[in-house]
Amino acid sequence: MKQSKKSLQLSMGIKEQIAGYLFVTPLMLGLIILSLIPVIGSLLLSFTNWNFVAGIGAMKFAGLGNFEKLIHDSVFMKSLVNNLIFIIIVPVTMIVALFLAILIDKHIYMKGFFKVVYFLPYISSIVAIAMVWQVLFHPSLGPVNNLLISLGVDNPPKWLADIDYALPSLMMIQLWIMLGYNIIIYIAGLQSIPKDLYEASEIDGANAWVKFRSITLPCVSPTTFFLLVTGIIGTFKIFDLIQVLTQGGPANSTTVIVYELYDTAFNQLKTGYASSMALVLFVICLIITTLQMLAQKKWVNY
Amino acid sequence: MSKLIWTIVMALIGILFVLPFIWMLSTSFKPETDVFKFPIEWIPKHWNLVENYRTVWSGQFLRYYWNSIYITITTTVINVTVCALAAYGFSKLRFWGRDTMFVFVLALYMVPPQASLVPQFLLFNWFDLINTHTGLILLNSFSIIGAFMLKQFFMGVNNEYLESAKIDGAGYFRTFWQIALPLIRPGVATYAILRFIWTWNDYQYPLIFLKSKELFTVQLGIRLFGDQYGDVYSLMMAGAVSAILPLLIIFAIGQKQVIEGISLGGVKG
Repeated sequence: MKQSKKSLQLSMGIKEQIAGYLFVTPLMLGLIILSLIPVIGSLLLSFTNWNFVAGIGAMKFAGLGNFEKLIHDSVFMKSLVNNLIFIIIVPVTMIVALFLAILIDKHIYMKGFFKVVYFLPYISSIVAIAMVWQVLFHPSLGPVNNLLISLGVDNPPKWLADIDYALPSLMMIQLWIMLGYNIIIYIAGLQSIPKDLYEASEIDGANAWVKFRSITLPCVSPTTFFLLVTGIIGTFKIFDLIQVLTQGGPANSTTVIVYELYDTAFNQLKTGYASSMALVLFVICLIITTLQMLAQKKWVNY
Repeated sequence: MSKLIWTIVMALIGILFVLPFIWMLSTSFKPETDVFKFPIEWIPKHWNLVENYRTVWSGQFLRYYWNSIYITITTTVINVTVCALAAYGFSKLRFWGRDTMFVFVLALYMVPPQASLVPQFLLFNWFDLINTHTGLILLNSFSIIGAFMLKQFFMGVNNEYLESAKIDGAGYFRTFWQIALPLIRPGVATYAILRFIWTWNDYQYPLIFLKSKELFTVQLGIRLFGDQYGDVYSLMMAGAVSAILPLLIIFAIGQKQVIEGISLGGVKG
């Protein structure tokens, strides 16, 4: 009797094992085939000189040649710099979002309505939005410049067609898109702060600024950390906006790593060289994540 | 009182967020000659609504729309199913190597999708999946974020429900399908809506993996449209409105879910 109970348990254990594997297999297979193998592929291809159209036979081992070329590739270096400049919008978006989130959470009527309003750009199609901004920013006819001229600005910038203004214009649009997302995440963070913390500090006579500095800010630091990590990595993945609006131009002033990668791989068909860009992108994202994981211990309060 | 003032301040800032949309809508109703009139005619003096939308929809647009609807719905169904199965396995079943596998999944999450784009393309080329809807659906069917999100929901399901189903003789799949999944229905709806929006908006994969115009999605279609009609901005805006419309409808229906889903830490991907 005792024996059979044990074997029953054992067989149930085995059944559960099998069931477990069956449940996770579709996802695991998909990830291995579509993610793991391609990443390893990128790594291997990055050391080759190859145009895939020419067939496997034309593949040549290049050693570190591609990476050496990347360092001297002024367009690629420009894309790297542009990516770094793009990072500026992450903290800016976060600061504005935190301010607006506090207002929405505590100090205004019709909270739900405002959440939706600020969230609209985030859920809308980037391609459609990009086309709208393209027309709004039209150098001579666009409403933005018409407004500026009517306000007395003589020579308004040409925005997306202007070497000096194209990147800032894209950054503004990206900020506009991401703000709603940041607000929603911050509101969620704010709502998890225990109310009695504020009540206790009010008894101690703390003013709004002191409450913000010593309660709100530390309590939302995990949220801040999350938004910072995902935000910075997100700026390295920006593609749609640039492909639709500027294609890296004018004069490479708005090119970014992902756009270069796309252009090199699918327009110039330099498979090997594009793969080395992919590897650089991967390493950068890995470094950012690791650095922030380490920094997290220092300043995030859970 | 100060609450009212802040509401007004927020409304003023909010205008910056809706104005481009209102401009888009209003422009799509106008004849081309009125598009750049300044000061802006927010309510068109001359209406060209029917003609604009008829021109947009009379070409290939209907086909792009149908392609997008087909791809988005199929992808969403497959993606949610795959993710729900895995999430259940990772949260409610015990098997050897489970935690190691989950750490592996976590690690893969850090890989930017573009880092694997080139070999993905070669792989799909090898299997003749380039320029097919099947290929595009496969690309978007396995997402880590979905497994994470649904795992969170499953962890909130009380094990006693599942154990009592087991005692009643239900197999693992039946317990999952008939007990666990219905219990997290709001979570599934939340993720499904987000996945719908993300798939509908996907631009990079269709751009790279689709070649024939008749297979194009709306996102590629409106771009073509921009090229085809050059500087006919009223038509471009009618196309843009058409591309955003399904999203607005979905968002209007599932607004609470979308915002809650995002609050849970849903990252785009």
